[in-house]
Amino acid sequence: MSVLLIAEHNNTDLRPFTFNAATAASKINEDLHVLVLGNKSDSVAKAASEIPLVKKVIHVDNDIFDNFTAENYTSTILKHVDNYSHIVCSANTFGKNLMPRVAALLDTSQVSDIVNVISEDTFLRPIYAGNAFATVKSTDKKKCVTIRPTSFDPAPSTGGSAEIVKSEPGDKFESSKFVKREEIKSDRPELGTARVVISGGRGMQNSDNFKLITAIADKLNAAIGASRAAVDAGYITNDHQVGQTGKVVVPDLYIAVGISGAIQHLAGMKESKVIVAINKDGEAPIFSVADYGLEADLFEALPQFLEELNKLNSIQK
Amino acid sequence: MKILVAVKRVIDYNVQVRVKDDGTGVVTDNVKMSTNPPDDNAIEEAVKIKESGKAKEVVAITIGDDKAQETVRKALAVGADRGIHVKVDGIVEPLAVSKILKKIVEKENPDLVFMGKQAIDDDCNQTGQMLAAILNWPQATFASKIEVKEKSLEVTREIDEGLETIEVNIPAIVTCDLRLNEPRYASLPNIMKAKKKPLEQLNASDLGVDTKARIEQIKVEEPPKRKAGIKVASVSELVQKLKNEAKVI
Repeated sequence: MSVLLIAEHNNTDLRPFTFNAATAASKINEDLHVLVLGNKSDSVAKAASEIPLVKKVIHVDNDIFDNFTAENYTSTILKHVDNYSHIVCSANTFGKNLMPRVAALLDTSQVSDIVNVISEDTFLRPIYAGNAFATVKSTDKKKCVTIRPTSFDPAPSTGGSAEIVKSEPGDKFESSKFVKREEIKSDRPELGTARVVISGGRGMQNSDNFKLITAIADKLNAAIGASRAAVDAGYITNDHQVGQTGKVVVPDLYIAVGISGAIQHLAGMKESKVIVAINKDGEAPIFSVADYGLEADLFEALPQFLEELNKLNSIQK
Repeated sequence: MKILVAVKRVIDYNVQVRVKDDGTGVVTDNVKMSTNPPDDNAIEEAVKIKESGKAKEVVAITIGDDKAQETVRKALAVGADRGIHVKVDGIVEPLAVSKILKKIVEKENPDLVFMGKQAIDDDCNQTGQMLAAILNWPQATFASKIEVKEKSLEVTREIDEGLETIEVNIPAIVTCDLRLNEPRYASLPNIMKAKKKPLEQLNASDLGVDTKARIEQIKVEEPPKRKAGIKVASVSELVQKLKNEAKVI
């Protein structure tokens, strides 16, 4: 019984959710190994070795991994799975794209998006946009599991010194080609890990009005989210979408502005510790999950909100 | 070019899903069912490609009980040319679905296979990637834009960090995001016409695919309920509550 965690990284640093996945993986079994597939990625292997939960790092460095395609990852992962009972990674777009390709070739029925580890073969996972929780037991010999990162605390990043073993890549996949990635760079906290998230919906009416949200996000050191309606309407880019088919967030404070609260949006935020809803429709479903609801016109409420924040002597960061 | 599109029948996205009292699943009796939303985008995209002259035929396939046929009829009503229904009762896991689809791909020889990126019932997000794996085809998942080229597709994918563009050689699998297009509605005359389009019926067992579940569903429960909140009268009250009561700012 050993667990192999597939590291998500950018060839320089581990991506934050790898630490959350490490926590979940070590709950499955303490003999946790990490597979780092990258290009000029020594710093990533070193970072993985410094996670105290990690017992061993397998590092394959090759230019075929430059853009992390599922096809090139899969052939190499399959070369390294023999000694492992579980293959795991985060259930974000990286892991969702990758893991089923691995699972199918191992003839394993994957368990997606777990929120709790009950035992080595039994897991809790949300279904129907989080309107039900299923306890499921995998009967496959080798298990492929993806982990909802926000349901597990990040593992400590320093103090460990696991052995790093170099290994060789599998075959290069020739039928697909990376063209480009348009990453939206921001100095704000990442949506998935931010302590505070403020999100706008259709009620924002246009992209320009999102500056009302930006001003408050600056003040609270918050990440900016959005409902699908706001993204579809072009008010804001897709990387901000919170919900069933977007990102799942669990901040200490979630502020929903001009968001009615469709089931699909609630799926992405209703586990937040404190939820605030600002909406002029008092019947909006968002109020049913809000700890504090304010029935008001957002165009009046948001400037007032900023003003009230400015009056405070201190604000938590 | 021929495009195979896989569609799934699920509880309608507007329905508030309820868990059965005995914990064996969710209530589906007398509940409105529809096509899985991103599967509608998959059909729409295939039909658009056909209308642009770049594809000759669009074949819609579903896997499920008798009623699953409704989803194929709907696909036929918005422009698919013919349908296939592979009959299986009960839950079919994505791994088994991908094996059934592989059999159909071997029979039909499509150039492309489209489907939604995720079904909104089990939220697995696996089938397209699994099918691509066992066919050894490239995969373009979470597609929000598709450009058909001579022998390849250029696909824009929605990823956590923003957007990624990849080029995949044909044959390929594409899983579709809701932002790929705006699915059309079926007109009444087209719904009538769809009833006359061919719909082939097969049994999963005839295809030689074992659909036995590998994952045991032990129980299904309601999620933990949030305790009722309060309405505040003003912004200043809200800020005071957040500062002094919830202590989050």
